[in-house]
Amino acid sequence: MTHIITHVAAALLTLAAANPPAAAPPKVITTTEDLASLVREVGGDKVTVDSLAKGYQDPHFVEPKPSFILKLHDADLLVAIGRELEIGWLPPLLTQSRNAKIQPGNPGYLDASAGARILELPTGQITRAMGDVHPQGNPHYWLDPDNGRTIAKAIAAALGQIAPADRAYFEQRYADFDRRLAEAQKRWAAAMAPYKGTKVVTYHRSWPNFTDRFGLDVIGYVEPKPGIPPSPAHTVDLMSEMKRQQVKVILVEPYFDLKTPEAIARDVGGRVLVLSPSVGGVKTATDYIALFDYNINLLTSTFKQVLGR
Amino acid sequence: MEFKGIVRVVALALVIGGAMTPASAGAQTAAAADQQLREAQAEVARLKQELDAIRAQYDARLTALEQRLAAIAATPVEAAPPPPPAAPSAPAAGSSKVFNPDIAVIGNFLGATGKNANSTQPTFGLNEVETSFQAIVDPYARADFFLSAGPEGLEVEEGFATFNALPGGLLLKVGKLRAQFGKVNTAHTHALPWTDRPLVTRNLVGGDEGISESGVSVSRLLNNSFMFLEATGEAYYGASAVFNSTARSKLAYVGRLRAYRDLTEGTNLDLGGSFAYGPSAAQPEVSIPEAAYSTRLIGFDATFRYRPLRRAIYRRFQARTELVWSQPRSDGAGGETAFGFYGGADYQFARRWYAGGRYDRAAHPFDAALVDNGGSLYLTYWPSEFSQVRGQYRRTNYGDGVTANEFLFQFLFSIGAHGAHVF
Ligand SMILES: [Zn+2]
Repeated sequence: MTHIITHVAAALLTLAAANPPAAAPPKVITTTEDLASLVREVGGDKVTVDSLAKGYQDPHFVEPKPSFILKLHDADLLVAIGRELEIGWLPPLLTQSRNAKIQPGNPGYLDASAGARILELPTGQITRAMGDVHPQGNPHYWLDPDNGRTIAKAIAAALGQIAPADRAYFEQRYADFDRRLAEAQKRWAAAMAPYKGTKVVTYHRSWPNFTDRFGLDVIGYVEPKPGIPPSPAHTVDLMSEMKRQQVKVILVEPYFDLKTPEAIARDVGGRVLVLSPSVGGVKTATDYIALFDYNINLLTSTFKQVLGR
Repeated sequence: MEFKGIVRVVALALVIGGAMTPASAGAQTAAAADQQLREAQAEVARLKQELDAIRAQYDARLTALEQRLAAIAATPVEAAPPPPPAAPSAPAAGSSKVFNPDIAVIGNFLGATGKNANSTQPTFGLNEVETSFQAIVDPYARADFFLSAGPEGLEVEEGFATFNALPGGLLLKVGKLRAQFGKVNTAHTHALPWTDRPLVTRNLVGGDEGISESGVSVSRLLNNSFMFLEATGEAYYGASAVFNSTARSKLAYVGRLRAYRDLTEGTNLDLGGSFAYGPSAAQPEVSIPEAAYSTRLIGFDATFRYRPLRRAIYRRFQARTELVWSQPRSDGAGGETAFGFYGGADYQFARRWYAGGRYDRAAHPFDAALVDNGGSLYLTYWPSEFSQVRGQYRRTNYGDGVTANEFLFQFLFSIGAHGAHVF
């Protein structure tokens, strides 16, 4: 009897030795390029990462293509923005992914918004008469570098859980990113300091975390309500308000039509800036830090021209 | 502070407890009782130490907080950072709501003008009210219920559980389902690009209700690096206008193979082949006594889509076609194959506007010589994700000689949970 047990044990051990844990690096899928960039910062060459949405795409309206099901099918970790940003397209993809690991509630699903500073959390009754409001707060929170740091930390922890052998590596990569981000933040704060309190208009409510962090004052939106395209009456109101408050700069995401913003800018003698809300939104925004570099360069150079300081 | 008082009460309780327990054991010696008392005293001392430590920690933290408060009060106003808002994990009022399913209600208001001798559609009608309840059941399954209230009363349009954590990459659905036969059959009416279902569906694939039956559906991804390939097999107890199970052994079976591939970033091609077989619900006009009828359906569908990612909210083009061959047979005699198809395209030309056209042609089952054909032009206005207005001009030449020119219009409005779009 003992003989058999010894044999079985030996056989199992041999099997275990012959099949070491799969050497393939964990596959990470993110819903946006910003998250993919942060995964790259933390995961280095010990993970593979792919984003479902492109940076120049409106993340609210992504088509849930079957090719995404394939990507999700063999993912080890899914990182999502959460706060219902992906509510229109991610749930059916998750159901059809046939991948238990990445279902919400399991270690393979990371909601990046946990721990982030979320703005515009609705207080009191909200209705769809307010447009496509996000009941769990503004989901464009990655545009605050401090939130980027929080997300990166959460990613490092999640990766450490999936690939415990590389935990130290991820922690060291996170520490390095944290240091570089802190240096960059000093640079950005210094560049934006002269323009503290500058009034701007944005197209969609994509920028509250960004404008809050860098001290800009958003006085209005091209959209009359979130998700509702510009109407003539609202455009006229916005133009007179911009003139009254002498606001010259309109910030627009790359996926919106420029016709209305440009008409407004002509009328008020201002400028339209196509900022990148996401990594990959413009060619030079190649990673998370480069994204802010791009936006802040564009903002400061425009402010210099428009405000003359 | 009340720490000392608490310590005294705890000590007393321990002493009493220690004094009471030995009473049951009559042979307990005085030495043992003494030993227990000493242990109790030691325990009390230990607890007291712990409490003291906790008190010390609290005091230290309180002092630190007081210092910070004083510092904040001393600095200029703007130095105080706004506190991070708490994550809204659960609504404060009634935490039981967290487990409620997502509920949405969609109203489908239909209108028709013009003449059609073959249609009973009224001028105005709240054609359908669809209520959906959707939630995760447990770690292994989710459930989706779609109740449809229409002129014919309330019915379960679909109600099924999906098991998506099965081994082998299988996806299992159990319940009442719209069969995976082609594209139109799987879509709910409000999700169609038209106000109506095409002639081929009406004549050959179960009319307005389609093939929606109780049964099981199993699908699997056929892994390969070239394309998305999904095979589905289903078994149903037939109770539709196409299939009717008269005995437990007479089930209807559906099989489908779907292939999808991104051609470029903004274009893709979606192809499907479907097969269905089961006991016929419809009978020929001249009935053959004692004969059992079965129906075989073969379908092919193709969809080409173009949607530039950067301008995805403004521009979209879709062209689609679906071809169906229906072969009803009796045991004694064979059956004629009836063929039907539709083909059409839509174009989104502004953020809120779509236009499109569709050509229809379909024979009747059991009478393949009787062929209906027609065409539609339609325009859709989409104020938001939650409402939609559509007008459709439809001309139909029925095989029996009737010609109809109609203008159909539709208001769709939905409330409740934000539904996700199925591709
Ligand atoms: Zn938004």
